[in-house]
Amino acid sequence: MKRYVIKRLLHLIPILLGVSVLTFGLLYIGPGDPAMQCLTSNGVVVSEEILTVTRQEMGLDKPFFVQYGTWLFNLSHGDMGISFKDGTAVAQKLKEAFVYTLLLSSVSIGLSITIAVPVGVFVAIRKGHAVDNVIRMISFVGNSMPNFLICILLMYFLCIRYKYFPIIAQNSIQGLILPTLSLTIPMCSRLLRQVRAEMLEQLSKDYITNARVRGVRETYILFFNALRNALPGIITIIGLSIGGLLGGSVVIENIFRWPGIGKLVMEAIVSRDYPVIQGFVIVTALMYVVINLLIDISYRYLDPRIDD
Amino acid sequence: MTRIHLKKRFVLLLSIAGVLLFISLLAPLLVPNDPYKNNARVIRTAPSQQYIMGTDNYGRCVFSRVLMGARTSIGATLILVSLTFVVGTFIGLLCGYYGGLLDNLIMRLIDILLSVPQMVLAIAVAGILGGGMINAMIALGFTSWILYARLAKSQTLSIKQEEYIYAAKLGGHSGLYIMLIHILPNIAGPLLVNATIQIGTILIGFAGLSFLGLGVQVPQAEWGSMISESRAYIQLAPWAVMAPGAAVVLTTLLFNYLGDTARDLLEVKG
Repeated sequence: MKRYVIKRLLHLIPILLGVSVLTFGLLYIGPGDPAMQCLTSNGVVVSEEILTVTRQEMGLDKPFFVQYGTWLFNLSHGDMGISFKDGTAVAQKLKEAFVYTLLLSSVSIGLSITIAVPVGVFVAIRKGHAVDNVIRMISFVGNSMPNFLICILLMYFLCIRYKYFPIIAQNSIQGLILPTLSLTIPMCSRLLRQVRAEMLEQLSKDYITNARVRGVRETYILFFNALRNALPGIITIIGLSIGGLLGGSVVIENIFRWPGIGKLVMEAIVSRDYPVIQGFVIVTALMYVVINLLIDISYRYLDPRIDD
Repeated sequence: MTRIHLKKRFVLLLSIAGVLLFISLLAPLLVPNDPYKNNARVIRTAPSQQYIMGTDNYGRCVFSRVLMGARTSIGATLILVSLTFVVGTFIGLLCGYYGGLLDNLIMRLIDILLSVPQMVLAIAVAGILGGGMINAMIALGFTSWILYARLAKSQTLSIKQEEYIYAAKLGGHSGLYIMLIHILPNIAGPLLVNATIQIGTILIGFAGLSFLGLGVQVPQAEWGSMISESRAYIQLAPWAVMAPGAAVVLTTLLFNYLGDTARDLLEVKG
């Protein structure tokens, strides 16, 4: 186990380096010159002279690899450069916003799991019944809805038509409810389908019949045999859904004015603040990679048959 | 569920999808009102006989805009899915058939691209490139070929060992010929199923980018941007949000259902 973790951690190094090249390269696919963008977003009247000086200050006159090296060196010290817009450190901005994104996504993930797993188990044992069909239909529709639409519908019905919630409730528990629901509904729908499928597969296996024949209690079979063996599959899909959740939270944060990194990045995109966009990609990738690493490790833990 | 049942359902869904495609292609001829004409006299009118889905903040006919939006949304989605399908499959075939350094390099590239959530990367790429339909397509296409490449590679690897491939090699056929004539037809099924399932995802992705203002530019009609535009006055004209919203959901549902049915029919796992 220890060896596996070390191996995976070593494996992360080239991948993270690759992500850093990718992110640094993003600066180069944009139209125009970063120095020009920096000046225009500050509202400076651009002249040839100022442009040359700025290019020197930003190190843009150096070769690509030197620029990348400097950038990577700073990044490894937690320095993501300064924002074009107001000159504050990108790392600081992201750190403040990240707390909010982390709060929103972890609550959503937690809620999705607490709903999807019991309901998924329940519909699996009621396969073919009306309950199963209705819940499957709901989750199918929930899976086919863009999250921004879910979000707008929730706002319309809960805030405007029936006034259960205030529309703008920043930083309070009440303000957390609607964004969480908007993220939870699609994730939960996806998870529920998977839990049901995994449970059905396990329940059709011989060892379940065997346990029943031996007179083991049905609830014990369900939760300690079938669900236990379905866990690796369920956890895999949780890992995959988190990617969708991180992308979705950009949209949701912007609709609800939730001060997370998704809102930050959209503001950066509007003002062409490239360093913030880069920082956003790095932070999200890091979070995603770490979550997937944890999932892979737990996968081995749950199913020891998979050897190193 | 018997096979014959599944087949019937598949044909039915495919015909509905065909009709939808036909409608979206002929949209300019079918629209009852000009989708781009502002009319100050009918701002935010409720659905009526002349405007069956009401009008928006500029007095434009919502129904006509939803129809024109179908052309943009479905058209762009299908173009992107086909392009990534072709590119991804070809890359997967090459990697699976030849292996070696090329395969290694591409698999590492895929590892890197997959360590950033797809939509996050798409938002960053589209954001830096600036809005516009082509840029949104590039942003979404950046990672969506991977699905086909990986699947085509794993399928090719298992088929490569078959005797008829050895026979073809002995027959002196070139690698490209073997890949396209002998391997591709045998792996096309699962790939097509995945492409169908992918249509819904890409459609939602496009709508999401347009919603954020990174897709089509106003005033062009597109479902995501229509929702984004009219959500500001949803309490005054809910139909202007509900109509394009329903269009996105129903289209995605249709293609997801079609994909699921195709998967069950071909007994493809995953």
